[in-house]
Amino acid sequence: MVVANDPLAMLLLKQDVETFLYHEANLLDDRRYEEWLALLTDDVRYWVPMRRNVKFGELEREFTREGQDINWFDEGKDTLTRRVNQILTGVHWAEEPLSRISHLVTNVEIVDATPSASNAEGVALRCRFIIYRNRVATETDILVGRREDTLRREDGGWRIAQRQVFLDQNVLLAKNLTFFF
Amino acid sequence: MAITFQPSAYSGLVDHDNGMVSREIFVNSDIYAEEQERIFTRAWLFVGHESQIAKPGDFFVSSMGEESVILCRDRQGEIHVFLNSCMHRGMKVCRYDEGNTPIFTCPYHGWSFATDGALVGVPFYKDAYHEELDKSQWGLIRVPRMTNYKGGIWATWDENAPDFLEYIGGFRTYLDILFDGWDGAEGGTEVIGGIEKWLVPSNWKFPAENFIGDRYHNISHRSVDLVGIGPSGQGRRDTRERDGARALDISFPERGHGTIVFLRPADAQPVPSYQNDPVIADYFYQSEIARKERQGQLWRIMGGPGTIFPNMSYLPRQPRSIAVWHPRGPDQTEVWRWFLVDKSAPPEVKEFLRQYYIRYSGPSGLTEQDDMENWNYAHAASRGAMARRHHYNYQMGMGYAVTDFEDGGLSIPGTVLDVTKARAGEQNQRGFYSRWADFMAARDWDELAGWRNNGNGSAC
Repeated sequence: MVVANDPLAMLLLKQDVETFLYHEANLLDDRRYEEWLALLTDDVRYWVPMRRNVKFGELEREFTREGQDINWFDEGKDTLTRRVNQILTGVHWAEEPLSRISHLVTNVEIVDATPSASNAEGVALRCRFIIYRNRVATETDILVGRREDTLRREDGGWRIAQRQVFLDQNVLLAKNLTFFF
Repeated sequence: MAITFQPSAYSGLVDHDNGMVSREIFVNSDIYAEEQERIFTRAWLFVGHESQIAKPGDFFVSSMGEESVILCRDRQGEIHVFLNSCMHRGMKVCRYDEGNTPIFTCPYHGWSFATDGALVGVPFYKDAYHEELDKSQWGLIRVPRMTNYKGGIWATWDENAPDFLEYIGGFRTYLDILFDGWDGAEGGTEVIGGIEKWLVPSNWKFPAENFIGDRYHNISHRSVDLVGIGPSGQGRRDTRERDGARALDISFPERGHGTIVFLRPADAQPVPSYQNDPVIADYFYQSEIARKERQGQLWRIMGGPGTIFPNMSYLPRQPRSIAVWHPRGPDQTEVWRWFLVDKSAPPEVKEFLRQYYIRYSGPSGLTEQDDMENWNYAHAASRGAMARRHHYNYQMGMGYAVTDFEDGGLSIPGTVLDVTKARAGEQNQRGFYSRWADFMAARDWDELAGWRNNGNGSAC
């Protein structure tokens, strides 16, 4: 966490960022996918590595590497937009009928604010998430993990410039990842 | 120790001649238990790729049927496959996915095994065992048969199984397209880091039969075709190379393997593809030219999805990959997915493919998400007492296949159903289930290697 030499500015910034994160989660859960896409910067990076069981002392090999290995996701806005468009075809059978999803975002911690907390144009944050997904009749997935986001201020509002998602699973217990983290 | 089986009561659930298969074989837990004994202890199974264990001491924990195995390269550089269970009291000796180690030490009582499987350390060997334990008899259980074919590591628990090359027979022509380089260089492929692993709530045979050649399910992929994820930004794949090609379904019913291929015309020339980027377009174009020079007529065969009986499926072109459908109960499959690239490809090509593989495949892939929906709910809707009374229908294209298919001087190995006009057929699935019934009925490999008696030799 950044050293808060201006605690009041940090408090306000945290409030501001949390409001944004909850709004973003609500857009996804309300299936307002195109509005959600508009919250991503054009150069957004979205990365969800896979996670290995490795020996103590070799934890640097725990996650598959961004830009080098096969990952669950490792992409930018073009592919994310195609994912949204696929859902919007109405014949993406893995999301038709649509899932019922709730994103719970918690443990929000501001890691860095540039140039300063009182005047932030960029924020690095860490949080935890629980994604509850229920589909068709009894299909249920619960995915839990850590998220590391980089936000950037654009056109007077926050935009997501980078999202890194560290899932607490090895063998993925869900049959698909048709939703967004 | 080899077990001799009596014929199963269940082999009759496959009616090959009428193209029907009982739903029981997908949902019945007694049948599932018999499959583990009769199929997964006797067939050749895909375990991993040599590029995953490049250095001495490297290991990769894999699975053969339900059972965990360790694929390992010992200090002398030799490759082994061991049952991942301590010989003392059964504890899993390795619970990591991969790594490098001089020794596997069991966390329960501390027995330790060298990378060649030898038992090298036993706590209290002197005081408690009085040095009377014969360590040479208690090394890790090693698969009796293993082979490294063009980098792919395969193993079987049955010491009487035929050699791997006899097991695949004439299917080798098609499997080679997967493991050779794009330019035809023998075994010119390597695995990209990161093996996808996930659970699908369906019987393992649904994906195996889907990959063996189901051309019939375009409706499933309508959404991805609309948004376009192909290497050139359109459709699912880059399919210009298929222009003018014949579509063939190829089955080896005596062995259970099958694939779909596209056969270029006799006068075809390489066509440019993936043209959004000159480096990538040039790589594939030059590779096609090199392959044509190397292979001559055989170059005309463009590989498509296939399955090696029982549970290894693959895509030899794009997205070039291997899927193993590990059985995890009648109602669940654990899928493992390996992705291959040419070892010698430039970094731009590897990166281009990596991104395409991710967006196409597996739980996060725009294409395959919709496949899993089918397997899940076909399974779920077949479990009921009423549903089980009705057989699945695999009658498409029955009676139209030939065993001597020839086109422009090129003989095509296998039983061939020309679906250029029909665009779909189900002979590959019929061959798969007919082989499934053979495995359930046969006492041993003398019965399973039926091709030895009917004059087809090992070539067909």
